[in-house]
Amino acid sequence: MTEIAFAFRCVLSSVLIGTTLAAAGEIPMSERRSGYDMMSADTKAMQDDDTANPASLWVLEGETLWSTKTTNNKSCADCHGDTAQSMKGIAARYPAFDTKLNKPIDLGQRINLCRAEHQNATPFAPESRELLALTAFVARQSRGSPIVQDDPKMQPAIAAGRALFEQRLGQLNLSCAQCHDDNWGKQLAGSTIPQAHPTGYPIYRLEWQSLGSLQRRLRNCLFGQRTELYAFDAPEMIALEAFLMWRARGMPMDAPGVRP
Amino acid sequence: MAAALCTIGGARAGADELRPYTVVGDAIPAPLTGAPGDPERGRAIVGNRQVGLCLLCHTGPFREEHFQGNLAPDLTGAGARASAGQLRLRIVDASRLNPDTIMPPYYRVDGLERVAANFRGKSILSAEQIEDVIAFLVTLKD
Repeated sequence: MTEIAFAFRCVLSSVLIGTTLAAAGEIPMSERRSGYDMMSADTKAMQDDDTANPASLWVLEGETLWSTKTTNNKSCADCHGDTAQSMKGIAARYPAFDTKLNKPIDLGQRINLCRAEHQNATPFAPESRELLALTAFVARQSRGSPIVQDDPKMQPAIAAGRALFEQRLGQLNLSCAQCHDDNWGKQLAGSTIPQAHPTGYPIYRLEWQSLGSLQRRLRNCLFGQRTELYAFDAPEMIALEAFLMWRARGMPMDAPGVRP
Repeated sequence: MAAALCTIGGARAGADELRPYTVVGDAIPAPLTGAPGDPERGRAIVGNRQVGLCLLCHTGPFREEHFQGNLAPDLTGAGARASAGQLRLRIVDASRLNPDTIMPPYYRVDGLERVAANFRGKSILSAEQIEDVIAFLVTLKD
């Protein structure tokens, strides 16, 4: 083989390898698009106008709960003060590592831990109206804040979440990545497949006609794959949340979002 | 290569209701059942989003169905592009041709992870349903 032919083959190989990696791999940072970015002008308008965004009802209820005193005469506001300051960017950093429990927890779990530890109150059930309301109120304070997922202690959960994201699951034998990395922008029946960046949770999903958490949304996809669901707050759920937030690092939060 | 004959048991551990089939080249030439499939039933299966699931990813000649997918090849002309045997292997277990395929294995119950309890040990479609679908797809000549 001549040197030129060899050089050509090397270039060709690297081009082919590059193509293979791009096809099966992650979305380049510069090509990331939020669910908001991909939705219709009408749905964007509904989200942007607080008086039209149905999630505002939960935010208002959350604001009330925030300053409601529990049996030990403590409200969230008593400790946290002005939420516009104290809660700004907080939701953008969850799931986060809890040193006391020595494991990652998501925002809903954080709120429930606060209730148990500081308010002598019982935890709210996953997806309960109250928990969604408080989560929505807290997340609302992170609008525009960039998603951050840079705690080294979160790395094992992020790695576990990535493995789950790439694993084929269920009777339909599909992985999350096959749709959301490899085929985003295409039509799955009537729906455009998003890139699955969780910038807007909790979201008001038009299909639900309700507010719901990222965990609820993940369970929808698992159900569609015909996969045995993970329980709410299972380590696998938190790991997937952590990986998706890491994958969306730097993207601005737009919670509470409206999604189709 | 095309003449290479691989005998593949559909009936492996945990899959004892599945009937055995033989892959020849890129096809399963022999029907999975003794009776021929019915194209009318096959059309209904393909169009049903809870049974065949096909239109979630494929578009096809179904003017009455508004929301059809485009993740996978258009079914229009499928019968001109592929033989019944080629269609059969692609439906039964397309991963034998492309390990990275997004096409679910419609007649396989092993090698799957965390299948929901109500679907565990069951193939997506039965042998009869697959033959019905093939009988319909081969009619899509143009």
